[in-house]
Amino acid sequence: MSHFLGSRASWLAGLLLLAFLLLAPLEFHRYGLYILSQWAVMTIAAIGLNLTLGYAGQVSLAQGAFVGVGAYSAAILTTQGWPLGLAILVAIALCFAIGWILGYPALRVQHHYLAFVTLAFSTLAFLVFRNEAWLTGGTDGIDGVPRPVILGISTKPHLAYYYFCLLVLALVGLAMLWLVRSPWGRAFVALRENPLRALSLGVDTRRYTLMAFAIGASLGGLAGALYAPLVGLVEPPVFTLALSLSLLMMVIVGGSGYFLGPFLGAMVAVLLPEWLRFLESYYLILYSLLVMGLLIYSPTGLIGILDRFLTHRRTRAASAARASLGASIERP
Amino acid sequence: MTPVLEVAHIRKRFGGITAVDGVSFEVREGEILGIIGPNGCGKSTLFNCILGQLQPSEGGVKLDGRTTTGMRPCDLNRLGVSRTFQLLQIFPRLSVRDNLILAGQEHEGTMLSRLVGPRDAGLTSVADQMIEFFKLGHLADERAGGLSYGQQKLLDVAMAFIAGPRLVLLDEPAGGVNLTMLANLKDRLKAFNAERGATFVVIEHNMDFVMSLCTRVIVLAEGKVLAEGLPAEIRADPAVIEAYLGH
Repeated sequence: MSHFLGSRASWLAGLLLLAFLLLAPLEFHRYGLYILSQWAVMTIAAIGLNLTLGYAGQVSLAQGAFVGVGAYSAAILTTQGWPLGLAILVAIALCFAIGWILGYPALRVQHHYLAFVTLAFSTLAFLVFRNEAWLTGGTDGIDGVPRPVILGISTKPHLAYYYFCLLVLALVGLAMLWLVRSPWGRAFVALRENPLRALSLGVDTRRYTLMAFAIGASLGGLAGALYAPLVGLVEPPVFTLALSLSLLMMVIVGGSGYFLGPFLGAMVAVLLPEWLRFLESYYLILYSLLVMGLLIYSPTGLIGILDRFLTHRRTRAASAARASLGASIERP
Repeated sequence: MTPVLEVAHIRKRFGGITAVDGVSFEVREGEILGIIGPNGCGKSTLFNCILGQLQPSEGGVKLDGRTTTGMRPCDLNRLGVSRTFQLLQIFPRLSVRDNLILAGQEHEGTMLSRLVGPRDAGLTSVADQMIEFFKLGHLADERAGGLSYGQQKLLDVAMAFIAGPRLVLLDEPAGGVNLTMLANLKDRLKAFNAERGATFVVIEHNMDFVMSLCTRVIVLAEGKVLAEGLPAEIRADPAVIEAYLGH
């Protein structure tokens, strides 16, 4: 994939995608902008989960709960008059701390056992959102979450808020690209592929495991803090296990452990159902079949297809080079 | 002179089974010590006790005179103790070069400096030297998972050496390696020992490999030290022949 990311074609594709994301929404209606903003927000949460699960190999069913913690933090603070920027920082810090603590069980249990630990946290968070009405508004939730004014520009119009979300997504994307290409990224991969060997090579697997959980969770919190002003209403049913599973699907379908995976996965999870709405009551059936078909064809997700294609092309080119070298040696 | 490694009365029990039963030995600077013995005699368990992978039930380990019993493997590695495992332990999705950079990157600076520092942790040239040293130069950019078994074994050993360790514990380095690759491996280990003064402890079943590489040999049987001496002495020891080597 590094070849892919570094190639001229990928830069061109990236620029075209950026132009689309910047220009196309100018023609969008209110609902289209809302859906696109939701894609940007959910991509941020999926990027966080991709770090925890895809790169570091730690199963988590709690990402939806972290989105909830972030959303409630932003809703509670901004309705009390706090600026969104400060509320975002609180959401990130709070989720980082909770994620760090939630990482401790991962030092003892792995795989489906760890999934159940995180599932328990997800359930606990939902119960707090629903039952602690003095803080969260209970089943009514918190209404009237304001959108921020940034450098004198109000983000109340949907287009302005979409650009704000897109800007945050771009910053998160760049930061994540930096992270996964740094020695930390290599250490996270080592943690996923062979923790025993990683430990024997001086990698402090305990600290990296906790860090993978904490950073992943903080990005969930950031996504939640952006989600609250996007919808304006924060209520418990949004942050159930279903959201965690949806985020998990984004990571798996896009390509777990690939930088671009969450971007594509979130497109499939957020945008594809909307594009299939012309099928009316059948759209979810076709959507499910498409996702199942994709994972049967390519268990490594959408990026996996591209990776296979590029590997195949490289192998073919190398074989051709070897064959031509052989022919030139045989020729007198 | 203080030995590089001192193992004192190590005992490891798993329930009612005593896998290692009061083993003691020392390893001196620049030495290549071989540990041999039949399967199940406690060689790998002993390694795991020395390297912090297992907590010994009794006894202690000292590195350069400093007690390291129970220390975590990553901390021991940063003190200059490296190892390979009985089974191949590489990172198949990373390139050969990235495997080596990973093996060395945690030895310098702090976690924060590794985050904001250079992407290769300044190790590309060191990794490339190691790749050349182990004669894997043409494979530097290949995914490690695509290499042949023998090449992966060389990479596995190279990873243990990249951080310039004082002491390397090799668990069956010759296992599953063909004769040509084996000669190459032995040649590289001897060169490393001679040129860089690294000290080795080697567990191995291949007697020719052990006898031609090691300067001293310890024989384990049923968790205890059966014999200790020069390779020629071990070959001639009747107890060792009876218990392990055969006639």
